[in-house]
Amino acid sequence: MSAPKTVLEVSGLVKHFPIRGGLLQRQVGAVRAVDGVGFSIARGETLGLVGESGCGKSTIGKTVLKLIEPTAGKIVLGGQDITTLKPGAMWPHRKRIQTIFQDPYSSMNPRLPAGTIVGEPLENFGIAQGRERDERVAQLFQRVGLRPDAMRKYAHEFSGGQRQRLGIAKALSVSPDVIVADEPVSALDVSVQAQVLNLLIDLQEELGLAYLFISHDLAVMRHISHRIAVMYLGRIVEITDKRTLFSTPLHPYTEALLSAATAPDPKRRGKRKAIVQGDVPSPAKPPPGCHFHTRCPYATAECKVVSPALREVAPGHHVACHLR
Amino acid sequence: MSAATLLEVRDLHTQFNTLDGVVRAVDGVSFDLARGETLGIVGESGCGKSVTALSILRLIPPETGRIASGSIHFEGHDLATLPEDEMKRLRGHRISMIFQEPMTSLNPVLTVGTQIAENVVRHLGVSWKAARERAFEMLDLVRIADARRRLDEYPHQLSGGMRQRVMIAMALSCDPQVLIADEPTTALDVTIQAQILDLMLELKEKTGTAIVLITHDLGVVAETAERVVVMYAGRKVEEAPVMALFERPLHPYTRGLMAAIPRLDVDAESGGRRPRLQEIPGLVPRLTQPIVGCAFASRCGLATDRCRAEAPPVVDAGGGHTVACWEARV
Repeated sequence: MSAPKTVLEVSGLVKHFPIRGGLLQRQVGAVRAVDGVGFSIARGETLGLVGESGCGKSTIGKTVLKLIEPTAGKIVLGGQDITTLKPGAMWPHRKRIQTIFQDPYSSMNPRLPAGTIVGEPLENFGIAQGRERDERVAQLFQRVGLRPDAMRKYAHEFSGGQRQRLGIAKALSVSPDVIVADEPVSALDVSVQAQVLNLLIDLQEELGLAYLFISHDLAVMRHISHRIAVMYLGRIVEITDKRTLFSTPLHPYTEALLSAATAPDPKRRGKRKAIVQGDVPSPAKPPPGCHFHTRCPYATAECKVVSPALREVAPGHHVACHLR
Repeated sequence: MSAATLLEVRDLHTQFNTLDGVVRAVDGVSFDLARGETLGIVGESGCGKSVTALSILRLIPPETGRIASGSIHFEGHDLATLPEDEMKRLRGHRISMIFQEPMTSLNPVLTVGTQIAENVVRHLGVSWKAARERAFEMLDLVRIADARRRLDEYPHQLSGGMRQRVMIAMALSCDPQVLIADEPTTALDVTIQAQILDLMLELKEKTGTAIVLITHDLGVVAETAERVVVMYAGRKVEEAPVMALFERPLHPYTRGLMAAIPRLDVDAESGGRRPRLQEIPGLVPRLTQPIVGCAFASRCGLATDRCRAEAPPVVDAGGGHTVACWEARV
């Protein structure tokens, strides 16, 4: 059996946003949104990025899409280093990495019919035009569970779940290898969320897509991911396959996240524990040492000074904690 | 109304005028709230759960909406028809509320101490000095560290979790009988959500305030409510004690919802394949048209001709479990 083919590889990724102040708007600090992150995704695989607001998970998504430029690090897409490519040089590679958003409506021109919106990338990349384009769009509509006659409708005429289907159809139109999905089901009701998650899994199995799936919802993560990376204040604190993550979480933050989550089962009541107290510190002023030490119940003197490296503690299971 | 019943909602209809016609947001909902009880109202967007809450508080904007019929009995008043000045004396005092986004409910140009004290002065008629002391006690009660100093801070200086604590402090400052919490933890991160849910339950034990918890999240309901009302398209489709609802959901919509959520607590994977989630096909009906028959019929696998023609009555399944479905086996 051949090794799974890596389609996206990120190493040492850093993204700092400058904070400017004073009369001359000099840089007076930086929001360390992403602070040295590495991972890889294979064909047909879903890597989940989970973490709370401000942990940098969406910034990673935007950076690998090259919608924002990384401060440091390396992004390799299908064997090609795209880290420093200028927009023009990046253009042909954009076909290989596409995105779906939490709110697809905000990215759709309200004056264009849905068929035109979904077909735009086909024209932009010179893949298909005219009648051929329309045929392809009709196929895409069918593939994502929309009736082809809906091509004439406008974005506002679709429900939230249908708009997400349109977003998926548009992303699929250029046959990408990787899709960055940033909270794609967070705005949807559970009954519709189930439809979209099922569709994403079907498409992955059929087309071998790789997903970088960004979400704060652990239950959704457990459902769709193969491997999960847990982020805290710009760093990955733990990364492993999902079964191991849920059965033997090693990082105290992962443990805190899992124990804080609610479950739809009243018999489990009282088992949920708020292990950590307080709030996430600001990424503009992350604490020294391990970023989590201010909320960690096990923190030692070392944790307050020395930042723990991400170490492999079992095959494929990496943890950044001095105590594990 | 029995002695244990604190709030009695009967056949509530709340409607809004829109360009598309009259939206029947709440379409004949009845339920009781007992003293000291936590009642969950659960449902998806547009099911009428928040409008039910706003109706009880009489916060339906009069320019567009109205309570068309029904009654809301509380402490000898019918809130559905109570004059606004009397309602103002109850709101924030006997009945209080917290909402999803505390930042929009807090005044950005007043310190949190002033905002809490304002409510206490208005309803309890005490001096500003005493009210400020009460504000300090409340901030301390909701476990805001360094409460004395926080009194003089503005909402923007607090984190999201702390703002929600301030809202809870304000809501409980006059010892209300009922606290209505509309998606109180939805905007918060999971670790903060856990802290706030624990706090609400702890304070309920301490103060005896009954809670109406409105949420879309079955996990939050399972962990906090004693009784649950499930709403769909403006109607109550099922009501049960929380254990009974999760162990034996009777309405096809409730069952569909439970099967549609990905589970964190169960390893559902079989042979390395990710299982399919159960979908509820189709969409919620438009509320601008009167719904004939059962509102869920168009999406229901069990629907018969009778379901499409005649609205199902609420049937008693025993043990406080009721369901509105022709096909449910009660």
